[in-house]
Parts: sequence; structure tokens; C-alpha cells
Amino acid sequence: MEPQSGELSQGLEIFMNILPFLIPFLVLLLAYITGKVTEKRHYASIHEREENWANIPAITGKHLPDMPAVASADMVVGSVVISVDHFKRFLSGFRKIFGGEMKSYSSVIDRGRREAILRMKEASPEADVFLNCRLETSSVSKGKGKAVGCAEVLAYATAVRFQRTAE
Amino acid sequence: MTLTNLESIPGQSIVEHYGLVQGSTIRAKHVGRDLMAGLKNIVGGELKGYTELMREARQQATDRMIEQAGELGANAIINIRYTTTSVSQGAAEMLAYGTAVRCQ
Repeated sequence: MEPQSGELSQGLEIFMNILPFLIPFLVLLLAYITGKVTEKRHYASIHEREENWANIPAITGKHLPDMPAVASADMVVGSVVISVDHFKRFLSGFRKIFGGEMKSYSSVIDRGRREAILRMKEASPEADVFLNCRLETSSVSKGKGKAVGCAEVLAYATAVRFQRTAE
Repeated sequence: MTLTNLESIPGQSIVEHYGLVQGSTIRAKHVGRDLMAGLKNIVGGELKGYTELMREARQQATDRMIEQAGELGANAIINIRYTTTSVSQGAAEMLAYGTAVRCQ
């Protein structure tokens, strides 16, 4: 009994010693898993909603060719603040050495942009077309040191509803 | 008040121009939200607290712009644009501007 508990306490001591070095890796692992799951879920929801809204286009043009009579026109806004997870930030550190596209960041901004457009559309469910759609991205904070690095994506457009002809 | 980011209001005609109107606000995020965002930042995804903050700020900027247009006697604002600038770490300026008009 005596040597066993000695071994156990020794093992525990070694574990406690390496724990501070382990924590960053555990955080990375946690970030990797949760980040993957959130991204997958988010894309699933984006794909589903984009399909629902596919027949109501958001266009950058200001006029439609042979536009029907307009019943109402009002501005709608959709926005989202999105951040990259810890694992992607870690990866980007390597990317900064070699240069090239930061794929892990592109997907985050892509998600944000599509989400913003969807929110804009959802703000006006009865619209027939969204004219003059503008997108704007701005970094809320740069993420220097311990600060949070995240970006805001804003989408705005004029939601136009056509006059319904009574048939 | 009709708001649009088009250069005209579809189905209506502009009878009078009042010029540029603008509204802006500078907002700072508070510590509690920043703390939560810091935690959320490990796992990534949307920072709902910040989204809410930006939306409130944008609404306030828009309201100020509408107020200014109302004082001029306009009933619509056309060609609206939004811009966001980070003034300092943790504070953002939200600006909304457009042209105040009277339409029929």
C-alpha cells in the first residue's frame, strides 16, 4: 500500500508540474472542437435560410428593367459582429510567416456577410426585391494583445414592395 | 419619414431638396460585455452583445438624422449611407447621412 500511494502522489506531482504547459493546448483543442461545431451549424442554418429567400433577390442595382408600380419602399438593415476562434487565430500566426490566403479567416467573414444579408432580408418579409444592396465590413477591435479581435458586417438595402394587381 | 438608400423614391417624385442631414454617435462597450466577449472569443462565432450594441448605436444615429431632417421640414431621406469608424480601442463611431427631401 505504501509504495503505491507514493507512486500515485509522485505521478500527481508530475502532472501538476506539466499542467501549466498543458493548459494552452487544452484551450486550443477546446477552441478547435467548438469552433468546428459552431461553423458547421452556422453554415447549415445559412444554407437553409438562403434557400428560403432565393426567390427574393438582393441586388446592387438601383433600378429593375420594366419595374412594376411600387407600393412601398423602405430601408432595411442587417448586421452581425463575428469573431474568429482561438484555434484559427493560432493557425493564422503560421500563415503570417509564409503569406498567402488566410482560409480560416475568409470563412468567418463569409459567414458574417451572408448572415448579415439574411438578417436584412428577414427584417422585411413582405418585400419583392431589395434594391441598392450595400455591404460594409469594419473591425470592431483589432485584437491587439489580449483585446478581442472581431469584425462587424453590415448589409443595407431598400426593400421594395410592388403593387398587387387584384385578379 | 421615408428612408431609402436609392437616389429617388420609387413611385414618388421629389419636390424640394434640403441638403445633407447626418446623425452620429460614439459608443463604448462596457466591461461586462467585453468580458463575456473575451470568453466567447475562444470558441468563435457571433458576439451577440456586440451585435446588439452596434444595432443600438446605428438606431440612435439614424434617429438623430431623422430628427435633423424633421426640423428642416423634410418628409423623406434619400441616398442614406452608413459608416463605422473605430475611434479608439473599444469605442466606435457610427455615422448615418443622407439627403433630406420633400416628396409627393
